[in-house]
Amino acid sequence: MSIKRRDFLKTGGALLAAGSLPLSLVEVAFGKNSPQNFTFAFISDSHITHIKGNEFVRNWDMGLKRAIAEANLMTPRPDFTIYGGDIAQLGTPEEIDHGLELLGALRGDVRYVMGEHDYYLDLGDYWRKQLGPDYYSFDHKGVHFVVLNSIVTYDEWTHQDWDTPMARMKEMARLDNPNGSPFMVGPTQREWLRKDLEKVDKDTPLVVISHSPLQKIYKGWNFWTDDAEEVQALLKPFRKVTVLYGHVHQIQYNQIGNISFHAAMATAWPWPYPSTYSQEASYMPKLTVEMNRADPFFERDATGWQFINMHSGNVDVHYTLPDNTNRVVAFNEDKGHPEDTKYQAEAEQIPPQEHY
Amino acid sequence: MLTRITKAVLCAGALTLAQPAAQAEEFTEADLKSWEEQFMTVVKRGEKLFHGGLESKNTVSCDQCHPNATNTHPETYPKFQQQLGKVAVLSEMINWCIENPLETEPLALDDPRMTALQAYITWERRGVELAPGKH
Repeated sequence: MSIKRRDFLKTGGALLAAGSLPLSLVEVAFGKNSPQNFTFAFISDSHITHIKGNEFVRNWDMGLKRAIAEANLMTPRPDFTIYGGDIAQLGTPEEIDHGLELLGALRGDVRYVMGEHDYYLDLGDYWRKQLGPDYYSFDHKGVHFVVLNSIVTYDEWTHQDWDTPMARMKEMARLDNPNGSPFMVGPTQREWLRKDLEKVDKDTPLVVISHSPLQKIYKGWNFWTDDAEEVQALLKPFRKVTVLYGHVHQIQYNQIGNISFHAAMATAWPWPYPSTYSQEASYMPKLTVEMNRADPFFERDATGWQFINMHSGNVDVHYTLPDNTNRVVAFNEDKGHPEDTKYQAEAEQIPPQEHY
Repeated sequence: MLTRITKAVLCAGALTLAQPAAQAEEFTEADLKSWEEQFMTVVKRGEKLFHGGLESKNTVSCDQCHPNATNTHPETYPKFQQQLGKVAVLSEMINWCIENPLETEPLALDDPRMTALQAYITWERRGVELAPGKH
């Protein structure tokens, strides 16, 4: 298995069928001016959970450990790793520190994204103390990367009269909470983003990374960002834009105008597609061929991680899926949108991909 | 003497049997409302258990993997559960989850908590056609 992983870049995604892990590899590909294609890893949603003393939920620890071990085996090495948010389950220093201790085993730099499970105990204070600002940008080999904190919400919700900070954290930690509140990027970060992008050439490939999808899929589970359209408008002038996000614990991809969207698998556990909730409507991207239905008897099934291959300014996401055939969702230049390299055609889809 | 008394009792029994049978058909709107309230009370209890109210040795709760009880498919049970190699009912699968992801002791099948969990799971799936055996 490790030989297959090591050969991954030479042999391409198709041979990864025997693969291993819950990570998505992202490939960013460039045009004529930037011949340097490169890869980075994307690990997300580990939900490290403190039980008591030095005890943490074994299952979630194992998911993160496995993603890290496999990322370290990649050859050539990913240029860096993005961690897509929700290191912790309830945002405590114990959980964040334990997660970061495990992530310390990753070779190379890691760029972190704030998730709601990291945030709503102390509004991100401990996370920022350990990791720095929760929105920022950087450049790498001709690509402009932007990280946003997309999981803030309205002040009236955040600052209502909570009994304790943990009461607020637990409300937001419940995905299907009818008393929750929609995520957003908010005016402060949107203004920062507008200024940050002013200095970037419109031909420069952009990769924007957030925890929640910067598109609206299902409000009831916060597969949603309330000001998604405002953020998309700021990205519109650019020729090649990719948005990567965590939070949803499942394969999703979409194309809206010039923007390609890709979701990351969780290392902890999978989520059902919102379309399977029979009491409410949701807006699943039609482009997405859904991941295989989870088999809970295999602990790591329907979890995963990603390698991302960048070439000609677009992104190919290689999903590493334990106990399932790995998948590659690559940008199709002719069609102008991402597509699954094996399962996109309806005739190629298989019974486990049917969710109900 | 005894025989006569027995006969009398039997006759009386027959009469009293006939009358309650009629009464059992007579329920009012208020009765319906009350029974529905009792059911919804158990659904709400199940919702609480499902969202962290059930004892869990590692703190993991049902809703973490099953928001709004999705991917539980109560309408498909009993069905052949490939991982168990037999036809199973929903409560067996609930106990599987309690024992494995929650690392906790299973419930008795008639435990009121098991009833409440099933009431909530099925309520979230109301209106979906029965599909026993479907995988």
